[in-house]
Amino acid sequence: MTNGPYIVGLGVFALVALLGAAFAADQPFAQHMWILFFVLVGATFVLMRQARFSPAAADASAYMDGPVRYGAIATIFWGVVGLSVGVAVALQLAFPDLNVEPWFNFGRMRPLHTSAVIFAFGGNALIATSFYVVQRTSRARLFGGDLAWFVFWGYQLFIVMAATGYLLGITQSREYAEPEWYVDIWLTIVWVAYLAVFLGTILKRREPHIYVANWFYLAFIVTIAMLHVVNNLAVPASFVGSQSYSLFAGVQDALTQWWYGHNAVGFFLTAGFLGMMYYFVPKQAGRPVYSYRLSIIHFWALIFLYIWAGPHHLHYTALPDWAQTLGMVFSVMLWMPSWGGMINGLMTLSGAWDKIRTDPIIRMMVAAIAFYGMATFEGPVMSIKAVNSLSHYTDWTIGHVHSGALGWNGLITFAALYFMVPRLWGRARLYSERLVVWHFWLAMVGIVLYAAVMWVSGIMQGLMWREYDEQGFLVYSFAETVEAMFPYYLARALGGLLYLSGAVIMAYNLTMTILGRQRDEEPIGGRAASPLTGAVPAA
Amino acid sequence: MALLEKHRKIERNATLLLVGSLFVVSIGGIVEIAPLFYLENTIEKVEGMRPYSPLELAGRGIYIREGCYTCHSQMIRPFRDEVERYGHYSLAAESMYDHPFQWGSKRTGPDLARVGDRYSNEWHVQHLIEPRSVVPESVMPSYGFLKDKPLAIGNIGAHLVANRRVGVPYTDEMIENAGADLGAQADPDADTSGIEARYPGARLGDFDGNPARLTEMDALVAYLQVLGTLVDFTTYDEPEGSR
Repeated sequence: MTNGPYIVGLGVFALVALLGAAFAADQPFAQHMWILFFVLVGATFVLMRQARFSPAAADASAYMDGPVRYGAIATIFWGVVGLSVGVAVALQLAFPDLNVEPWFNFGRMRPLHTSAVIFAFGGNALIATSFYVVQRTSRARLFGGDLAWFVFWGYQLFIVMAATGYLLGITQSREYAEPEWYVDIWLTIVWVAYLAVFLGTILKRREPHIYVANWFYLAFIVTIAMLHVVNNLAVPASFVGSQSYSLFAGVQDALTQWWYGHNAVGFFLTAGFLGMMYYFVPKQAGRPVYSYRLSIIHFWALIFLYIWAGPHHLHYTALPDWAQTLGMVFSVMLWMPSWGGMINGLMTLSGAWDKIRTDPIIRMMVAAIAFYGMATFEGPVMSIKAVNSLSHYTDWTIGHVHSGALGWNGLITFAALYFMVPRLWGRARLYSERLVVWHFWLAMVGIVLYAAVMWVSGIMQGLMWREYDEQGFLVYSFAETVEAMFPYYLARALGGLLYLSGAVIMAYNLTMTILGRQRDEEPIGGRAASPLTGAVPAA
Repeated sequence: MALLEKHRKIERNATLLLVGSLFVVSIGGIVEIAPLFYLENTIEKVEGMRPYSPLELAGRGIYIREGCYTCHSQMIRPFRDEVERYGHYSLAAESMYDHPFQWGSKRTGPDLARVGDRYSNEWHVQHLIEPRSVVPESVMPSYGFLKDKPLAIGNIGAHLVANRRVGVPYTDEMIENAGADLGAQADPDADTSGIEARYPGARLGDFDGNPARLTEMDALVAYLQVLGTLVDFTTYDEPEGSR
């Protein structure tokens, strides 16, 4: 029987969840275990309905693309969900009456937004593209058989448990590592399986060299494993309870958390996505990677330097001065390898620059790399202590993060999806390239509006907090600085809404592509790109 | 270039690439984090600091559960405007029993490191129920449900034990009396001599305006009222070069 052991395994797992609900030490844990139970029972039924009693036909195809297809759909789905929650929390800041206590208050929704976009959208994009890329650059099928399916579904279970946990109030309060101890343990298991599939595929490759994209993916996977395990070391109050106490306290805990937090950016959102860039940009442009030497140097420099940058989140706190200075110096140095990656990505287009005009996917990639360059310049500037004394605790940080996340991570993921989806489903082309152009401009206007507004509001906020009058009194009460934010919060929500609408258009476009439809439309740059330059077509 | 030739070896050997990457990414963390467990000014003890009382610890759990850290910092930086606005800059020792730390990263609302004793219990309760009734400009969500929710933390003693396992010096006596202390701190009629001896400086009496019930509001306000009040800065002697 196919799926037999999996059905039994899931059923046992569901029973454990039920026992957890029965013996729970606190109410949120009981609720969380009920959710887990219903999810697992549902999954068991789905698998049982798919069980076949005849032996499964051997899959002789070269690549295992099932998990990649599911991963692409999950990326689109979680992207739209995560961005929608983002717009919702942005509106909650402008209109506090939109908070619905207790489950949908800002404090519970904000981790839902950050985790949904970083780990659900970004994580699925990374897992799907890494499985796609490693097979094609190694000329080998994914290692481990159904293990890749375990990675996909195990990761979705992690997302569901994390997200429902936040709304129930189950959190460690460690930014970007909020899930509690038992969800962390689950993610560790899934992550080790992910490493096994990825590394195993590299080990059985039929190419002498490991392609550069895979260096970045591999560094991302092992470093995230290290960061995740160390940062989440904690002692639970009860093994059937939802609360734990972290192993470290105060200043040690703060630096451990930001060592993790900054490298969630450095490895999850940078190294992994650079892996994406190193495969999809040369593919779409039809040009080789610009410089092989540069890729070696910037790879090792990037992974070495990033780890040191964490303390710049703790400038002027109770963290010792030397650690802050070290964090600042390394953050400034980090500018160089970051731009090494940007140069390597952009210059890959040399000889193919005309495609920016005719190929909206290339246009999206170029914009993504440009935003990567801008965000990795702004970051070192903000890590300088004098600048940070103004920017810290303000919306400037939020603006900086979003120019990187929306500009770099979002756009490069969208471009990779536009590249992969027609190939994964064997379609001749996308449903519509014109809709890609719409997506591009909506996203672009959204990002620029968002980032610009947050600069103004962040700097204004920082200046208002420290403004003195001639008599030496603080000019503004804190409440007055909150009131001054209203128009900016409104404009920011609009920026987010534009970006979200672009993603919705993409979801529509890719769904139609998967369904095999093709929109009847004029090719982009069609007439303009004709050899008869300057000739005006007859009316 | 010879170096690039050597790199070919790594490019052809996945294990070497894996081990090499892991080695390179370990260095920074070890150099920056490990010394913090030994250096004088990160592990110094300051007079007045004590572990949280059971009720404060439960309140802290609610503070974490509701994600207060997403908008409120608990870390005053040594700048003139911050010290005038919020009080003495924060010391490392003041969060030495915070597992995890609550320094935060964003001030959508004001810093709370020294909010203790700044407002009355009544103000806090009113503010948590309807923030805009006391601060019209506020964008804080309402937390009225806390007043109706009985404090149900399960076995509070187990929470103290877990804290002791990670290094908070809770004594056997504190753990034994945890359950009783939890209720007694918010009960105006209880004998509080035990709590006062075990947790000097703990705020006593009813917090949420309803002495008959022990609610989550009691716990959260008890936590807020102790924040930043334990170290007496009139007698605190700043060590030379501590910042």
